[in-house]
Amino acid sequence: MHLGDHHNTPAVSADAHRPDGTRRALRIGLGGPVGSGKTATVAALCRALREELSLAVVTNDIYTREDAEFLLREAVLPPERISAVETGACPHTAIRDDISANLEAIEDLEEEVGPLDLVLVESGGDNLTATFSKGLVDAQIFVIDVAGGDDIPRKGGPGVSTADLLIVNKTDLAPYVGSDLARMAADAKAQRGELPVVLQSLRSEEGVRDVADWVRARIAAWTA
Amino acid sequence: MSRAALLVLADGRFPAGGHAHSGGAEAAVRAGHITDAASLEEFCRGRLHTSGAVAASLAAAAALGVDPGELDLAADARTPSPALRVAARRLGRQLVRAARATWPHRELDALAGRFPKGAHQPVVMGLTARAAGLGPLDAAYCSAYEGVSGPATAVVRLLSLDPFDATGVLARLAPDLDRVARDAVEAGRAAVTEGVDVLPARSAPLLEIGAEAHAAWAVRLFAS
Ligand SMILES: Nc1nc2c(ncn2[C@@H]2O[C@H](COP(=O)(O)OP(=O)(O)O)[C@@H](O)[C@H]2O)c(=O)[nH]1
Ligand SMILES: [Mg+2]
Repeated sequence: MHLGDHHNTPAVSADAHRPDGTRRALRIGLGGPVGSGKTATVAALCRALREELSLAVVTNDIYTREDAEFLLREAVLPPERISAVETGACPHTAIRDDISANLEAIEDLEEEVGPLDLVLVESGGDNLTATFSKGLVDAQIFVIDVAGGDDIPRKGGPGVSTADLLIVNKTDLAPYVGSDLARMAADAKAQRGELPVVLQSLRSEEGVRDVADWVRARIAAWTA
Repeated sequence: MSRAALLVLADGRFPAGGHAHSGGAEAAVRAGHITDAASLEEFCRGRLHTSGAVAASLAAAAALGVDPGELDLAADARTPSPALRVAARRLGRQLVRAARATWPHRELDALAGRFPKGAHQPVVMGLTARAAGLGPLDAAYCSAYEGVSGPATAVVRLLSLDPFDATGVLARLAPDLDRVARDAVEAGRAAVTEGVDVLPARSAPLLEIGAEAHAAWAVRLFAS
């Protein structure tokens, strides 16, 4: 994808193929309210999948690089596989309305450490309406937690009702905050129909297992 | 010339990455130079007649068909701060992506191939105007206007400034914008016959110094 030949210039949108015709990395977005466990889920996914897949992460923070720095400190991936996009205080703009900085971060990762199988794009905590553009990701995960109030699944919103996977995180805290897990699951089902929901606790033995399996199935379908 | 195409290109929601940049306003707010609408207006006026005039001239010259490679070098020479050069190229890369998707054009493809990491944004703006069927005056207007609307929008976020006051600032700058755009076209025409050295080389040292300091902050809302 270099000099001169304009048949070979970088792609303008989220083409599913690389300039050389091979299938590009699957891109999965993770959104949801601040503190629900997006970064922790990304970290756990990296640990679960890094032996079997070539992985990279793009973070979109409100303030510069907090999430990227957490992932670096935790050493879930080598530093050259983690990239932070600055969002001008508006992560939802950078993941939905004006996605070029994210696309370029992904292109640069692919160029520097590729070929990649999977890119995880985390949106800094924003509001319940923030969703990813289809021009940026192939699938999106929405992460809420039991401590944020057990009526969030009932209230719905685009993230809760349309994300390809809904994670209800921190189930270990349910007894302490008085959240009714069965009701959360039933409300989520009512909002989402056949779309999957995972209840998880990253503090438990199983941790991110179900979500990692969901990602594996996505990868299998993508590369099939 | 299509007036509607000009509106598309000049729209603050045109997805070319500008939302994440403050045009130096974040550094100026921290330094205490911008505290209210009146000081925002002075900041914007200063920016418009210095780096704004340079950017508008580069855009006009590119729209007139001056070689983008030479203009890019001219832009480098007129941008002492490395942080500002990085920001200008990043925004140029984002604009060329949006422009190629919006107004497919051979010259934009060639530009993307020649500068895979981005040419200076005003140069890309000029070529984008060409691709959109617009003229040098349109390119100059877009560049000059963006140079003040970016800081005004950013200051609404940074200081919680009344958005009506910020828009009033932009309206009061209209006569200055008209003059800067007209002069930029004249400079662009001169560059067609006499080369890029005749383009204006005004600079605002505080913007350059502020940009260098800002790039080193650990926590910031805007990328520049
Ligand atoms: N108890 C408990 N805490 C969790 C769980 N997942 C994440 N956390 C904690 O919740 C806090 C916020 O998580 P983080 O991933 O930074 O949230 P983000 O803002 O959505 O990225 C951190 O202190 C995590 O350690 C979980 O399953 N159970
Ligand atoms: Mg996070």
